[in-house]
Amino acid sequence: MPITVPAYGKEAAGRLASMADMTADDGALRRFLHGLPGVDAVGLQARAATLGTRSIKTTAKAYAIDLAISMIDLTTLEGADTPGKVRALCAKALLPDPTDRTAPRVAAVCVYPDMVATAKEALGGSGIQVASVATAFPAGRVALPVKLADTRDAVAAGADEIDMVIDRGAFLSGRYMAVFEEIKAVKEACVRAGGTSQSETGGGSAAHLKVIFETGELQTYDNVRRASWLAMLAGADFIKTSTGKVAVNATPPVTLLMLEAVRDFHESTGVQVGVKPAGGIRTTKDAVKYLVMVNETLGERWLTADWFRFGASSLLNDLLMQRQKLSTGRYSGPDYVTVD
Amino acid sequence: MNQSDRLSVLKTYKLYLGGAFPRSESGRVYEVTDSKNRWLANAPLASRKDARDAVVAARKAFGGWSGATAYNRGQILYRVAEMLEGRRDQFTAEVAAAEGLSKAKAAAVVEAAVDRWVWYAGWSDKVAQIAGSANPVAGPYFNLSSPEPTGVVAVLAPQDSSFLGLVSVLAPVIVTGNTAVVVAAEDAPLPALSLAEVLATSDLPGGVVNILSGRTAELATPLAAHQDVNAIDLTGAGAELATDLERAAADNLKRVRRPGPADWAADPGTDRLLAFLETKTVWHPMGV
Repeated sequence: MPITVPAYGKEAAGRLASMADMTADDGALRRFLHGLPGVDAVGLQARAATLGTRSIKTTAKAYAIDLAISMIDLTTLEGADTPGKVRALCAKALLPDPTDRTAPRVAAVCVYPDMVATAKEALGGSGIQVASVATAFPAGRVALPVKLADTRDAVAAGADEIDMVIDRGAFLSGRYMAVFEEIKAVKEACVRAGGTSQSETGGGSAAHLKVIFETGELQTYDNVRRASWLAMLAGADFIKTSTGKVAVNATPPVTLLMLEAVRDFHESTGVQVGVKPAGGIRTTKDAVKYLVMVNETLGERWLTADWFRFGASSLLNDLLMQRQKLSTGRYSGPDYVTVD
Repeated sequence: MNQSDRLSVLKTYKLYLGGAFPRSESGRVYEVTDSKNRWLANAPLASRKDARDAVVAARKAFGGWSGATAYNRGQILYRVAEMLEGRRDQFTAEVAAAEGLSKAKAAAVVEAAVDRWVWYAGWSDKVAQIAGSANPVAGPYFNLSSPEPTGVVAVLAPQDSSFLGLVSVLAPVIVTGNTAVVVAAEDAPLPALSLAEVLATSDLPGGVVNILSGRTAELATPLAAHQDVNAIDLTGAGAELATDLERAAADNLKRVRRPGPADWAADPGTDRLLAFLETKTVWHPMGV
């Protein structure tokens, strides 16, 4: 297996170039994506269900809760968002449990592009990333120049991470090259003025790109596998399940499938890509199931906030309540966490 | 077909959580016997996680139930009494078996329980007149105090009266808008678990009443310590357990009703009704 390099590192481009013949033109890309093995749906669901039955208790549970908190992209994506609400969310990101300062910080705060500056200011140099959705989230139904402008605007405002949506219409109608080129173009737009697209530190000059598939709209598991490979070949740093704005969001089988795609991509190219399930993960129990899946599929290397994230808002409160239960022995209640 | 040829159809008694009838999360059951130690049924042996789930269900139901009009709550509780009336024979048999009463005495107990439920149902739109007041104040204000439900109430049902006692502690809690997590009498939980079937078919929103069967001490301890339970009625706890539970309940300033001798057949009075209410006082400027 090739030596592992991060997807945002400067060596990743070279590794992707080795796959260039698969992405040379529309026909080659289609042949490659349709040549991927079909997904055994029953087997996938059974595997995801089995991994969900692991019993994680006591010290392992405490570790899992703290790990899950540190992996959260604390999210507010409402039309009714105000600077005040974003600042409140940032305060929560910095100090999730004011009654217990040992609770870890979350990984990032995820907002709409016009709130990036507010979030950046509130978080200061705390090390918590600011993620911004872009490319006309959640539908993505605007022309490419508008998507790129949206992205550049968020990056200029200081976003450390960009969550883009793919054009599901183009993907479902088989125009894979259009989706591929769009992801590449957005990746270019993530470069900060004066920087390069491949940074050495991983922070610095380019925002990390998360590519949202909206798996609830992709219809089949085969499509999810194809979309995962397509995005990773185009240079995604993270692949993300959903926007949280449609009926079906992250599910364990879909996430497992994406984790497997990341594993296979890593085995063939050595490029490490992150995964972010988003939407519908509300309880500690669910979060721990996802962590088990990551550990079993990708191993410990991915069990950090750099390579696995939860897109969630209400999950944090449940994690904090469980944390309080573990530390005090009493069941906690919603009166003891914030109302977001 | 000869009567004796029929296979008996045994009932699986289950918990009542959030309007559904699950088995215990733990998968455990325990044997329930009648007063002569003959096996009656297996009842679910609820765990602390069932208690936790019950509190979550009760909290979820609280907004809707406490926000319903008093008239509406009264109508629903009256409906429960109607359903109970239709199942008198079933409850008579269960109470007779559980408490070792003759059929006639058990029937009298069930009738008393139905009457008590009706009596409490009538209080829904009258309790504000008793517990509320218009207060004279030295200023140009209307000053009004009105009773509000306390919230989620954990109820340890009495051990000595499996049905009349249960109704006497449950009805006053929910009629004012509280939601309840009930721990049924440890040795005689069957009437309580059957009451759940009545509640489920009486327009009572799911989660307003949640019924657990099992060891009172095992279930009461996490309920007393639970930060999201607002009050606890210790009627079914022995003296020693009650002291421990009171100590556990002190941490989040739960309202606690201590156990005491009770004559379930006597006129209940408003004591239990008023025990789980908070007073809200509003100052309203008078128009000039």
